[in-house]
Amino acid sequence: MLHRLFILSGVAALGLVAMPPASVAGEWGAYEVGDIRSGYTYAAEETRAIQDDEFGNPGFIWVDYGEELWSDVDGAAGKSCESCHGDASAMKDGVSGMKGVATKYPVFSESMGKPINIEQQINNCRVNNMEADPYKWESKEMLSMTTYVKYQSHGMPVNVDISGAIAPFYEKGKNFYYKRRGQLDMACSNCHVDNAGNMIRANLLSQGMANGFPTYRLKWQKPGSLHRRFRGCNKQVRAKPYANGSDEYVNLEVFLTHRSNGLPIETPAVRN
Amino acid sequence: MSFRPPAIAVFSSAIVAALITLTPPAQAHEYKVVDGAIAVSLTGQAGDPVNGKKTAVHRKKGNCLACHSLPIPEQQFHGEIGPDLNGVASRYSEGEIRARIVDPKLANADTIMPAFHRTEGLFRQIEKFKGKTILSAQEVEDIVAYLMTLTE
Ligand code: HEC
Ligand code: HEC
Repeated sequence: MLHRLFILSGVAALGLVAMPPASVAGEWGAYEVGDIRSGYTYAAEETRAIQDDEFGNPGFIWVDYGEELWSDVDGAAGKSCESCHGDASAMKDGVSGMKGVATKYPVFSESMGKPINIEQQINNCRVNNMEADPYKWESKEMLSMTTYVKYQSHGMPVNVDISGAIAPFYEKGKNFYYKRRGQLDMACSNCHVDNAGNMIRANLLSQGMANGFPTYRLKWQKPGSLHRRFRGCNKQVRAKPYANGSDEYVNLEVFLTHRSNGLPIETPAVRN
Repeated sequence: MSFRPPAIAVFSSAIVAALITLTPPAQAHEYKVVDGAIAVSLTGQAGDPVNGKKTAVHRKKGNCLACHSLPIPEQQFHGEIGPDLNGVASRYSEGEIRARIVDPKLANADTIMPAFHRTEGLFRQIEKFKGKTILSAQEVEDIVAYLMTLTE
């Protein structure tokens, strides 16, 4: 954080102001791959400008806290993330480095016999390798660490592999996505496939992509996990949500993240 | 999607009928669909268009503006998901409008529009809404009466 503020004052001293949004209307560059468009392309221009401003994007407070936690020793084993993984910003080579890691998640875990996402991998490391308590799902620590780890792959395309043992879980996630639920009897696809680009009252429906999470929501003044978003989207059709980290939501995440393949990781994205 | 409903479909069951007498407000009333229309008032009473307008706008009731525009300029942000409802009474009969609010899936099984007066065939509802319709029979009638004023 200090580092960034220092740069910020340096830039201000040179008289350079925040860069304009990288996108031009009708031409979304990397934020568009075939028919697939990031939520960025549906966000208001002012929201995009906040995301693009590395000094003004409030999500960086969580990146910075994640960076602190990365080297904090915690747990009975006397280790930090850094003890095993070294410099997080390095390209992953076997064990060390985190660059590129988040593009592949969720992955199939041989030991669990099912897919796991980044949050669950972070807690696996905390419990098994650090002998520390797991982070609570939506805690400041978990959001910060997830944001920090994903940020190491910022700009790299999502690249989830659904071949092999993960395939049946992908199918389950896909079924969830197209299944109508709740008193309002709507599926995810009713809004994010059939009506992307249409206004639902004051909200412009996007394709509901996963590439920006954890996403900083202006409405909440803090980031939220992808599973929190799932819960919100379930509740608004008056459907009973599942628990954060439940098999149902991880399977849905496998489907949705694969659907976002090719889009750049935007964490920390900024949305309404 | 041009799915044509059966000429006559009667939605009733002893269980539903029994429940109606126990908990009147949000329970589905019986109705009869003929040629895609529900000709008879669900409550046997006329609706109140003034109350219907309020119920249509109310976010926890009709919330029709989420998806439709209505000739209510004082309300901001009308949705774009369904057709503009201004003039709807010139396009449809009262019975057709009633059917499209009670259960729009009768006319189009794939529609996103919720069935405002149906309780069966739903999955994973939040507990407090189980067995309850989104709108009561009288609220449906009020909205029907309001939409019948939209002749353009
Ligand atoms: C009734 C409409 C509706 C349904 C059904 C719905 N959503 Fe959403 N969803 C929204 C709205 C409105 C937003 C906020 C604007 C946007 O990004 O589309 C949103 C946002 C999202 C986002 C964030 C996108 C971003 O770029 O930040 C994701 C992911 C998402 N939804 C996934 C889902 C999933 C998965 C389901 C089903 C479990 C679902 N939605 C069901 C309305 C809906
Ligand atoms: C989630 C979206 C949604 C909501 C909420 C919704 N509708 Fe609709 N409605 C639609 C769509 C989409 C159609 C187009 C017909 C179809 O899909 O079969 C439609 C069609 C209609 C029609 C037929 C109009 C025509 O010109 O074909 C009427 C009448 C109607 N809606 C009334 C209402 C009323 C009254 C409410 C609120 C009580 C409401 N709707 C709420 C999505 C919605």
